[in-house]
Amino acid sequence: MNASRALPVLTMLALLAGWEALVRLAQIPHYTLPAPSLVLQTLWANFGSLAASWWFTLKITLGALALACAGGVLIAAVFALSRGIERALFPVAVVLQVTPVVAIAPLILIYVESTTAALLLCAWIVAFFPILSNTVVGLRSADANLRDLFRLYRATPVQRLRLLLVPSALPYFIAGLKVSGGLSLIGAVTAEMVAGAAGRETGLASRILEASFRTETPKMFAALLLLVLTGVLVFWSFEALSKALLGRWHASERTD
Amino acid sequence: MSEAVVTLEGVDKRFDNGVQALAGVSLRVAPGEFLALLGPSGCGKSTVLRLAAGLDAPSTGRIDAPALRSGAADTAFVFQDATLMPWASVADNVWLPLRLAGLGRAEAWPRIEAALATVGLADFAAAFPNELSGGMRMRVSIARALVTRPRLLLMDEPFAALDEITRGRLNVDLLAAWQAQGFAAIFVTHSVYEAVFLSQRVLVMSARPGRVIDELAIDAPYPRSTEFRHSATFSAACARLAAALEAAHA
Repeated sequence: MNASRALPVLTMLALLAGWEALVRLAQIPHYTLPAPSLVLQTLWANFGSLAASWWFTLKITLGALALACAGGVLIAAVFALSRGIERALFPVAVVLQVTPVVAIAPLILIYVESTTAALLLCAWIVAFFPILSNTVVGLRSADANLRDLFRLYRATPVQRLRLLLVPSALPYFIAGLKVSGGLSLIGAVTAEMVAGAAGRETGLASRILEASFRTETPKMFAALLLLVLTGVLVFWSFEALSKALLGRWHASERTD
Repeated sequence: MSEAVVTLEGVDKRFDNGVQALAGVSLRVAPGEFLALLGPSGCGKSTVLRLAAGLDAPSTGRIDAPALRSGAADTAFVFQDATLMPWASVADNVWLPLRLAGLGRAEAWPRIEAALATVGLADFAAAFPNELSGGMRMRVSIARALVTRPRLLLMDEPFAALDEITRGRLNVDLLAAWQAQGFAAIFVTHSVYEAVFLSQRVLVMSARPGRVIDELAIDAPYPRSTEFRHSATFSAACARLAAALEAAHA
C-alpha cells in the first residue's frame, strides 16, 4: 500500500479511535453516543433484520438509478434532436429538480397506490436530473469537424449516433451518473422516512425511525453505517466504471 | 481543357448573417493536380474547401466536385487540427472512412496498415491520439484521408499549428504520398513558402469579399527536396506571391 492510499485509511482509523476513546474516557452513555465497537456489535447482533432492510433500500436505490439512466438518456436524446422540445420541457425538469423531494413525497404517497412504486418515483425524481442535463450537453459536445467528416463520408444516422454522439457524450453521462448514484440513495432514504415505519417491506430508514422511537441509538448508528457503506460502494463502482470506460482517452481520468 | 476534378464557376457565398465570404470565384482543378490557395485569414479559402466537399452550398454559381456526384468516398478532408476521435485507437481512427462505407475491420486491415505505413506510423496502430505528438496526430489524420484512395484531397491549413521542422517533414511526406497515389489536392495555407514548395499552381485570394486575384504556376519538377527551397525558382516565386499577398492586404 503506497502513501497516497494509506493516508485516507489512516485518517479514518484515527478518527474512529478518537471517537472510541472519547466515549470511553468521558463515559458518554450509549443512548447518547455509542462507541464504534458497540455499533459493530449491534450490527452483528441485528444483522438478520438489518440485512433484509438494507436489501430493500438497495433495490429502491438501484432501481431508481436504472430508471433515471433510462429516462435521463432517453429524454436527453429527444432534447438533443429538437431544441423546440427542449425549450418546452426543460422547465418541467427544472421544477422537478428544485422541489425538495421530502416536500412532495407525502403527495406521491397519496397518489401512488404501491409504496414501492412511490419510493421508486421519489428517488427517480432526485436522480434523473444530473443524468439528463449532463447527457444533453454531452450529445451536443461532439466536435464540429468530426460531424463534418461523418457528413462527408455519408454516415447513416445510426452510424453517427453509435460512432460519434454516444462516445462524445459518454464522459458527460458518467459524470452525471456519479452524482445521481449518491442522489438516488438520498432520494430513496428520504422517501422511506416520509413513508414511515409501517408496512411489511421496509428499508433502512424505517429501521432508523423504529430505533429512534425506542431510543436504541446503537441500532440507529448500525443502520446508518450500512447506508454510508452503500453510498461509498455505489460511488466506488462508478469510479471504477469511469476508469474502465474513459481511462485510456479522456482527460478526466488522466493521472499524469 | 480536359475534364476537371473540381470546377467552381462564378461562385458567390453569402452566409445567413449577411457576411459575403466569396464573390465570383472560378477555378478548375485537373485530375492529379496540386493546387494551393494562398491568402490572408478571412479571405474565404476554407469556404472554397467546404463548398468543394459539399459541406456547404453556394449562394449563386455552379460547382462540380466528386463529393456532389458519386456515392463513393472520393473526397477526403484534412482539417487544421487533426480531428481524431480521442476514444479510438490510431488504427480505428484510420478505419473510420472505410467503416462508414460498411467495411469490417478485418477486411479493412491491409488498407489501414498501408495508410499508416505511408505516413510512417506503422508501429503506432494501437496507440491512442492523446499518446501522440501534434505532428504524429496530423499524420494519422492524413492516413485517414488517404485510406479511401480519394480522387480529391482537401486540406485546410493542416500544418499551421506545427513547428517549422515538423512542418517541413510533413510537406515532403505529403508530396511523396501525392506522387504515389496521384490524387488531386487543394491545399489552403497562408504561408507563401509552403504554397510554393508544395504546389504546381498557386491561386492568391483577397479578403472581404473573398476572390481570386492572382495565379502563378510553379514550374519545378517533383520530387522536390530541400534543394528546391534554396533555388532561384523558389525565391522568385515566393517574392512574386508575397507581393501579390501584399496587394491583397492593401
